[in-house]
Amino acid sequence: MSKPAARSTFWPMLWKEFLQMRRDRFTLAMMIGIPAVQLMLFGYAIRTEVRHVPMAVLDESRSAESRALVDVLKNTGNFDVTRNVMSRDDARRLIERGDVHAALIIPPDYRLNLKRGRQATAQVIVDAADPLSSSAAISAASLASSVASLSIARVTGATHQPVDVRVRPWYNPDLKSSTFIVPGIIGVLLAMMLILITSMAIVRERERGTLEQLVVTPISRTSLMLGKIVPFILVGYVQMTVVLSLGKLLFDIPTRGSIVLLYVLTMAYIIANLALGMLVSTLTKTQVQAMQLSFFLILPNILLSGFMFPREAMPAPAQWIGLALPLTYYLTILRGVLLKGVGLPILWRETVILCAFAVLLIVVSVKRFTKTIG
Amino acid sequence: MTAAAADVAVRAEHLRKAFDGLVAVDGLDLEIHRGEVFGVLGPNGSGKTTTIRMLCGLIEPTSGTATVAGFDVTRQPEAVKQRIGYMSQKYGLYDELTVYENMRFYSSVYGLHGDERTARLEEMLDELHLRARRDQRAGTLSGGWKQRLALACATAHKPPVLFLDEPTAGVDPASRREFWQRIHALAKAGTTILVTTHYMDEASQCARLAFLSRGHLIAVGTPEEIERQFNQPTVEDVFIELQRRDEQDA
Repeated sequence: MSKPAARSTFWPMLWKEFLQMRRDRFTLAMMIGIPAVQLMLFGYAIRTEVRHVPMAVLDESRSAESRALVDVLKNTGNFDVTRNVMSRDDARRLIERGDVHAALIIPPDYRLNLKRGRQATAQVIVDAADPLSSSAAISAASLASSVASLSIARVTGATHQPVDVRVRPWYNPDLKSSTFIVPGIIGVLLAMMLILITSMAIVRERERGTLEQLVVTPISRTSLMLGKIVPFILVGYVQMTVVLSLGKLLFDIPTRGSIVLLYVLTMAYIIANLALGMLVSTLTKTQVQAMQLSFFLILPNILLSGFMFPREAMPAPAQWIGLALPLTYYLTILRGVLLKGVGLPILWRETVILCAFAVLLIVVSVKRFTKTIG
Repeated sequence: MTAAAADVAVRAEHLRKAFDGLVAVDGLDLEIHRGEVFGVLGPNGSGKTTTIRMLCGLIEPTSGTATVAGFDVTRQPEAVKQRIGYMSQKYGLYDELTVYENMRFYSSVYGLHGDERTARLEEMLDELHLRARRDQRAGTLSGGWKQRLALACATAHKPPVLFLDEPTAGVDPASRREFWQRIHALAKAGTTILVTTHYMDEASQCARLAFLSRGHLIAVGTPEEIERQFNQPTVEDVFIELQRRDEQDA
């Protein structure tokens, strides 16, 4: 018996595969859509060089020299002076709230020290939770030190460095990237798992016919939906606990704020993502499609929410998309509680927005889901 | 209520269903009596499944009324659902759960609890000879056993009306025969059964048949009456003739 020619069976196989692919519009869309979106996001929106970090200035010297220092820092392009404050407390509050990511503090004796030929120091406090922003801040600060020192030394003929701008990183003194990333992972993981697993689980029931079988029974719509949702809420919390524990154990991430508060606020985020998962299940017919659509939704979450790349560095349209993602607000809450140790008074805005998202998404997805189960 | 009316377990009047302009079922009038094994036949796309789904409360009729077990399907769907059992081709079983767990879940959903439920589960295990497979995962069962389990889950609450949508598709002949023996036993005990099938030997076992074609009811009666109506020797010939006409007109 001779071997069947390998060629003759390969080409029909290829023809069939391409035909199938062409007809599966959904996979086609994903095949082109996902790389296109990724390319646009990475090429256009993601910036790793951080500029224009919003900065507050506390100028206690209020002299021509101090103003000159502020200018030097401004001219590096890495900072935007957005606020002028009157006290250290004000500066601290602004950093806690995330309104600014850096604060320049010029002490009252700055001018005096310069005049007396002593080293004049100033301080730049940086929200070092985000290593990219803070490294930009640090390099700018040291550059400013040198520039300011040089211009002054040229005039006074000093041999030492007249100006020293010291950088104090807050929240992440060792500038570990794990401190920044690990809390964020909680948010990304929850979104990924909840959207993916919820949508696939529901679609699987529809594929197997068990969903239809349930609808025929006297089970109430609410029981059916709650029955599907509640276990996943539990799954979400378990995952969160695993990441937090491992993060603490392996990376020693800070847990400066109220963990209880974090868990409570996470409920809104979990519900929002569950609702999204339910929504995806109403838009797809097979488990594979559900997986593809989930991934397509999760991608911008990872890239535009501020998880890895700072949002301030992104062009405006990318920042707007970020505003439409629940993860963006949840990240603020995560980092606020874990790294900054702040509570509801600072985070109330994000909490309200997250709750609004949860409510809106649940209403929309429940409506659509009820329609699909007749 | 006359004796005849009390005897009607399923009634449909001018039942109609349209999906975005496409009419799946139109002007369907049906009357099924208590304890009848009623077969619904027709080519694919004739509206069989749509009809069953309307009677079960799975989809809403565009117009017309249907009464099942004495309750209006559109106005009292919950009451209807409590009194019907449904079995589809897909079986609707949870693969990861065992035979016992599947039965237990569905009986709970139908309102059986505690001792009553345990008793009923034991009863079904024996009745349907599932005891040997009690702790086997449903996903590993063969077609015939899945069918048996699906029937158990659909009848846990002893419903007066049973809807079976092609319940024996793809099942071996021995299991099919056993299944129909059970169906007849249930009917004799008073359960009304509406079944769709492509198997002519099953169709001829039904008390009465309905033929659907392109959403319309074109014949109702006993197998003999239908054979006479279409002037064919067997029900199978009637079916083939109707399918031929369908394709001609299409």
